[in-house]
Amino acid sequence: MAKIEIDGKQVEIENGRTVIEAAHLAGIYIPHFCYHKKLSIAANCRMCLVQVEKAPKPLPACATPVTDGMKVFTASEQAVKAQKGVMEFLLINHPLDCPVCDKGGECELQDLAVGYGSSASRYQEEKRMVVPKEVGPLISTKEMSRCINCTRCVRFGQEIGGIMELGQAFRGEHAEIMSFVSNSVDSELSGNMIDLCPVGALTSKPFRFTARAWELSHRRSVSPHDSLGSNLTVQVKNNRVMRVLPAENEEINECWLSDKDRFSYEGLNSGERLTKPMIKQNGAWQEVEWQAALEYAAKGLRQIADGAGAEHIGALATPHSTLEELYLLQKLVRSVGSDNVDFRLRQSDFSADGKQAGAPWLGMPIAEINTRDRILLVGSFLRKDHPLLAHRARDAVKKGAQASIVHSADDDLLMNVANKAIVAPDAMANVLAQILKALAAEKQAVVEASVQSAEVGSAAAAIAKSLASGERVAVLLGNFAQQHPQAAQLQVLGQQIAALCGGKFGFLGEAANSVGGHLAKALPRANGMNAAAMLAAPRKAYILLNVEAELDTHNPQQALVAMKAADLVVALSAYKHQATDYADVLLPIAPFSETSGTFVNTEGRVQSFKGAIKPLGEARPGWKVLRVLGNLLNETGFEYDTSEAVRDEALSGVDVAAQLNNAVQGVALETAGAGSGSLQRVSDVPIYSADAIVRRAASLQNTRDAEAPCALMHGAELSRLGVHAGEQVKVSQGEGSAILVAAADDRLPQGVVRVAAGHAATAGLGAMFGAVTVEPITGGRA
Amino acid sequence: MLSQDAIQKIDREIAKYPAEQKQSAVMAALAIAQMEKGWLSTETIEAVAGHLGMAPVAVYEVASFYNMYDLAPVGKVKITVCTNLPCALSGGVHAADYLKQKLGIGFNETTPDGRFTLKEGECMGACGDAPVLLVNNVRMCSFMQPEQIDRLLGECQ
Amino acid sequence: MGALGFILNAEEGERSWRLAEYVKRGGYSALKKIIDENIPPENIVAELKKSSLRGRGGAGFPTGLKWSFMPRQFPGAKYVVCNSDEGEPGTFKDRDILRWNPHMVIEGMIIAGYAMGCARGYNYIHGEIWEIYKRFEEALEEARAAKLLGPNILGSDFSFELQAHHGYGAYICGEETALLESIEGKKGQPRFKPPFPASFGLYGKPTTINNTETFASIPYIIREGGQKFLELGRPNNGGTKLFSVSGHVNNPGNFEVPLGTPFKKLLEMAGGVRNGHKLKAVIPGGSSMPVLPGEIMMETDMDYDSIQKAGSYLGSGAVIVMDETTCMVRALERLSYFYFEESCGQCTPCREGTGWLYRVVHRIEKGEGRQEDLDLLLSVCENIAGRTICALGDAAAWPVQGMLKHYRSEFEYHIEHKRCLV
Ligand SMILES: Cc1cc2nc3c(=O)[nH]c(=O)nc-3n(C[C@H](O)[C@H](O)[C@H](O)COP(=O)(O)O)c2cc1C
Ligand code: SF4
Ligand code: FES
Repeated sequence: MAKIEIDGKQVEIENGRTVIEAAHLAGIYIPHFCYHKKLSIAANCRMCLVQVEKAPKPLPACATPVTDGMKVFTASEQAVKAQKGVMEFLLINHPLDCPVCDKGGECELQDLAVGYGSSASRYQEEKRMVVPKEVGPLISTKEMSRCINCTRCVRFGQEIGGIMELGQAFRGEHAEIMSFVSNSVDSELSGNMIDLCPVGALTSKPFRFTARAWELSHRRSVSPHDSLGSNLTVQVKNNRVMRVLPAENEEINECWLSDKDRFSYEGLNSGERLTKPMIKQNGAWQEVEWQAALEYAAKGLRQIADGAGAEHIGALATPHSTLEELYLLQKLVRSVGSDNVDFRLRQSDFSADGKQAGAPWLGMPIAEINTRDRILLVGSFLRKDHPLLAHRARDAVKKGAQASIVHSADDDLLMNVANKAIVAPDAMANVLAQILKALAAEKQAVVEASVQSAEVGSAAAAIAKSLASGERVAVLLGNFAQQHPQAAQLQVLGQQIAALCGGKFGFLGEAANSVGGHLAKALPRANGMNAAAMLAAPRKAYILLNVEAELDTHNPQQALVAMKAADLVVALSAYKHQATDYADVLLPIAPFSETSGTFVNTEGRVQSFKGAIKPLGEARPGWKVLRVLGNLLNETGFEYDTSEAVRDEALSGVDVAAQLNNAVQGVALETAGAGSGSLQRVSDVPIYSADAIVRRAASLQNTRDAEAPCALMHGAELSRLGVHAGEQVKVSQGEGSAILVAAADDRLPQGVVRVAAGHAATAGLGAMFGAVTVEPITGGRA
Repeated sequence: MLSQDAIQKIDREIAKYPAEQKQSAVMAALAIAQMEKGWLSTETIEAVAGHLGMAPVAVYEVASFYNMYDLAPVGKVKITVCTNLPCALSGGVHAADYLKQKLGIGFNETTPDGRFTLKEGECMGACGDAPVLLVNNVRMCSFMQPEQIDRLLGECQ
Repeated sequence: MGALGFILNAEEGERSWRLAEYVKRGGYSALKKIIDENIPPENIVAELKKSSLRGRGGAGFPTGLKWSFMPRQFPGAKYVVCNSDEGEPGTFKDRDILRWNPHMVIEGMIIAGYAMGCARGYNYIHGEIWEIYKRFEEALEEARAAKLLGPNILGSDFSFELQAHHGYGAYICGEETALLESIEGKKGQPRFKPPFPASFGLYGKPTTINNTETFASIPYIIREGGQKFLELGRPNNGGTKLFSVSGHVNNPGNFEVPLGTPFKKLLEMAGGVRNGHKLKAVIPGGSSMPVLPGEIMMETDMDYDSIQKAGSYLGSGAVIVMDETTCMVRALERLSYFYFEESCGQCTPCREGTGWLYRVVHRIEKGEGRQEDLDLLLSVCENIAGRTICALGDAAAWPVQGMLKHYRSEFEYHIEHKRCLV
C-alpha cells in the first residue's frame, strides 16, 4: 500500500496503481482522453498531466505509478498550464463543428474544452482533413477529421474485441485511424468503439443525426437476447427507442455491449410490427378489436378442450419471453387442463427431463469465468452465441488459462485454444468419454464400464492432461451441446469430468430467459409433452408466445406441418410473420421495450425492468393479454394488476439459488463411437437470426454475420461430392430441401455439412442435427 | 502471392526471433516482398499478414509508418535524395534540383516512361558524404555532384 | 579519415573489416580474456564504472550504471540491443564503425551479454545503410563460424546469439523504446517510461540498449582497463569520441579524438571553414541540440560537461558547421520540417506542435511572417518540451529555442523585409 497526497487529500492505494486511479479513489477528477479503466495505458493524449512534487516536469497521471509519500497537484499552476497547452494542441486541428456534430452534448472534448480551452485560436494555419473510409453498416467514420488519436478504438479491438480491425496508419500529423484498405469492421463487439470514442469521430450509423443527446430520456432495461442479461440504457424520444447503450454492471456486461444488444433496437421500430389484433375469417385476415380477437381465441381453445380434450392443446414460447409471460402461459394451459407447455424449442433430447435436480445454469457467477485457469468448452459457437462471455474467456486465457474445445466446428474464438477435438456431432459424446477416461487415469478414479470402453485419442488425452493440471476448472456446455440429440449424455459426461477436476460445470444458457423458463415452470411435468413431442405428434391447437415456428424450433419442417394441420393457432407476437400462413388469431404483444418484465440470466440473476416506452399501436404487454385470456376462459387466479404481482407469485416461495442445479441422475451412459456413415448436419443459429427482434434489425442484417447461409464442408468432402466452392448445391433433409452455395471450411471435420438454422433460407430443412444429403446442381455455378 | 524464394527469405528472418515472436519479422518480410514486387499492394500486404499470422491492418500500420516502403507503384529506379540540413549545407538541395531538372519531375513523381521516381529523404546517416542519395533503398551514392548524377542516370538508362 | 583513437584505427582499406584483420589488431582478446580467466560479471560492470564511459547515443548516460540496473537474478530471457539506427541529422559515425570495425561492436555486445546474463542480442541497423547491414550480417557469420558467437562460446558454457534487425526509414526508431517496438514488429512508437527497458524491455523482458559506439568502446576497456580509458579523456568524460563533422568545412568526416579536445582543434582537423569563409554557428551534438554561435564554440572543448556549460549538449557528437552565408531561418525551417515529418504521431504535443512550428517557420521563410510569430513559436515550444512521451518533443523545441536565443534579430529582419539577411 502506498500513502499519497492529491490536492491535499490523503489516499491509500495498492502499489503499482497509477495516480489517476488514486485520484478517482479520492473523488478527484483529472481530465483525460486516452485513459480508460478497461484498456491498456497509452499515455498519448497528455491531457492528464499533473504536477508531482520533486518531478522536474508535469507527469501523466494515467501512467505514473504511485509511490509512498508522493504529493500530487492536479490543479496547480504548472498542472493547469500543461493541461491548457495540451487542450490547445488538441483543438488546433479539430473542426470546431460541435453544433452539427453527432457527439454534441456528450463529447468529452467539448466538455473539457469549456474548462481548459481558450476562446480564440492562436493557430492560423490550415487544418488537417481526413478523408473518410467505409467500415461497414454499423460504424460511421465520416467525421474522422475530428479524431484526436487517443487510440482507444484500436486498443479495444486488440485487447477486448480480440481482433484488430482498426489501426492507426501513417505517422506524425498524418496518423489516421482506419481499417485495412476497404475492410469492414466485423467484430460482434464493434459498437463499443463508438462509446469509447471521446469525440465524434466514430459514430453509430443507425443513430446518426436521428436525435440530439439532450433530447433523449434514458430508461434502464435488460437485454432480451442472449443469456447474459446485459444491462441497457434505452434512450427514447417521442415514444420511440432511438438508441441503446450499455448500463455499466461490472458483474455482467462490465461497460460493454454486444452489437446484438446495441443495434437490435432497430427491430423494435420495424415496419413488420403487428399493431392490431387480427383474425382469419374464411381465409382472409381482418383487423379486429381486442375483445373480439381474445374472445375468438378463448372460444376456440375452450371448444378443443371440451371436445377433443385439453391434451390436444399445446403451448410454445421462446426463451426470450419474460418470466411473467412464461408463467402466465403455463398457468393458462394448465388451468384448461393441458400440461403441454415448453420454451426449450431448439432442444431435441429430453431424456434428462424429470431427472434434473434443478434449473440448468452457468454453474458459477459470470464474473468467475475470468478467474478460471482451465476451460473446457463443449459444443459452443461461443463468440457468436455469447459475445461477452467469449470476451471473458479470452480474458482468462490472456491471464494464462488453457482453453480446450470439443465441438463439430472450429470457428476462430480469437484466443489461444490449447487443445481441440473437432469431430462430427455423433462422435462428441465418445470424445467426452475419452477425456473422462484419461482424466480418471490421471486422478486414479474409477469410471463406469461404458466409459472404460472408449479408446482415448491424442486430442482427448491432451485435453485431459490440461484439465488435470488445473486448479480452477470450468466445463461449459454451449448451445450446440444443448441442442444436440445426445444432450443428456454430454451433460452427464461433462459433469463427471468437472467433478473429477474439482471444477465447475455449467450451461451457457441459450437465451435471456433460459433459466427463467424453468423458474416459471413453463415446461411439462410428468404427463405433459415437451416442445419436440408437441410438434412430432401434432396438436389440434397451439398457443405461440413470441414463436416463429419455422425459425425458432429444432425441426422447422415438422413445426410447419404441425402448425398447418392444427385447427387453431393463436399467435402472440410483436411481429406480423409467417404465422399469417398458419395462424388463426394474431395478438400483438409488446417487445421488452414496451412492457415490464423479468429475465433470469444464466447465472440465475433475477433482473426486472420497466417498459421504456408505451406499446406501439394497439399492442399490449404479453402478460396482460394472457391475463385477459385467462379471464375469458373463466379461470380463476388471473386477477393481476401489475407484472410485479405476476412475478411475485411466480417466484413466491422459490429460493432461486437453491433452484439452480445442474445435477442429473439416472441417465445411463451410452458412449459408443460414431457410426452412421452418412453426411451429418451441423447447425449454428447465426448471431443475427437468433430471435424475432434481431431478425428485423436492418443494420445488423447488413453485416457480414448476417450473410446468407452457405453449405460449408471440408474441402475433401466437396471433392468427394464433385462440387466446387462457390457452386450451388441442393441440401435435402427429410421432405424438404434448400438450394445453397457450397463453401469450403477445412476446419470442419469430414462427414459433416454445416448449414445454419434459424434462417428463412434453410427453414425448409428438418432437424438441426442428423443425416442430410448434398447434391450438386448441374451447371449451378452461383 | 509471394514467390517461394521470398517465402524462404522471410522464413530465414523469422528464425532470427524467438519462436512465438514471428511478428518481429514483419519489417523484413515487407522489405523482401517489396523488393520482389516493386511496391506493396493490398494483396502483398495481406500475403505478408497471412504468413506471419498478423491482422492485415497491423501490417498496414507498419508499412505506412516507415518511409522506405512504397504503398503505390514507383519507377524502376527510385532515387531518394537527402535534403536535410547537413546535406543541404553541402549541396543536397542542389543535387535534388539537378535531378528534378534532368528527369523533368518533382518529388514523389515518376517519369512518364515509368523508369525513375524521385523522393525527398531524411537523414541517411552519411552527412559527411553529402550530397547523398539512395537508389532503390539499397545502394547509397556519395558526393553526388552533377557529374556523378549524370553518370548514375546513364547507368540506369 | 582521422584516426587518433582505437575505434577507427583500422585505416580504410580492402577487407580491413574482416575477422582475421580484427584479430590481428587484438580483436576478441578481451572476450578471450573474460572466458579464459572466468571473470565475474560484476567485475566487468565495475571496470565500466571506473572507465566513466558515457553512452554515445546522445543522452550521455553512464554505461556502467545502466548495466548495473539489469536484474541479475531474473529467470528467463534478457536482451542486449545495439542502437545503430543513426538518423540524427549530422551524425554518421556508427555507419563508419560498422563499415570498418563491425567485429568490435560484436565483441562489445558479446561481453555485454556475458556481463548482464543475456543470451540474445539484436543490432538495429538504420534502414538506409543496406550495404552496412549486409556487411554486419557477414561479420556475424564469421564470428559464428569461429565459435565466437552462438552456443558455448570458445568452448565455455556461455552462449550468446546475435542478430541484425534492419530498420526501414523512421528516425524515431533511434529512441530506444521505439526501437524495441520496432523489433517487435510494430510501428516505432516510443513507450512511456517507467517501466524502463531494464525491467520491461524487448518482448517485455529486461533489456539494455546502447549505442554502436558505446559497444565499440567495451573491448578496449576490458583489455586495457577502465582507468586507461578514463585517462584518454577527462574526468567524468572518459575515452575518445567520434565526432561527425559536416556542413561548411573543407574536409568533412569522422574524427576520433579524446573527449575534451578543443573545438578549434577539431575544426582544424576538418580542414577549417570552407573557402575561407567566416564561422557563423555550430550545432555541436546533432540537429536536436541548440545551436551555438561560432565565437562561443571557438572557446569550448568537446566534452559533455563543457558543451553543456556553453548552453547546448554534446548529444551524438555530430558537429554541424555553418558559415556566414547561412540563413538561419532557412536552416531552422529545414530542421523543423524534419521533426514534423518524423514525429511518430502518438502524443498530442509533438504530433500537433511540430506541424505548428514548421508551418510558422515556413511562413516566415516565405516572407509571410508576423512579428508576434516569434513569441508564438517560443510559447508552442514551451508547450511541447517536457510534455511528451519521448524526447523527440524536446528535440523539436530546442533548435527553435536555440535559434531564437542567438539569432532572433535575423528572424525579425526576415519578417520585416521578407527576405534573408545574408
Ligand atoms: C528522438 C530520439 C532519437 C534517438 N536516436 C538515436 C540514435 O539514432 N542512435 C542512438 O544510439 N541513440 C539514439 N537516441 C538515444 C536512445 O534513446 C538511447 O538513449 C541510446 O541508444 C542509449 O545508448 P547509450 O546509452 O549507449 O547512449 C535517440 C533518442 C531520441 C529521443
Ligand atoms: S514525442 Fe513525438 S515521437 Fe515521441 S512519442 Fe510523442 S509523438 Fe511520438
Ligand atoms: S489520459 Fe493520460 S495521457 Fe491520455
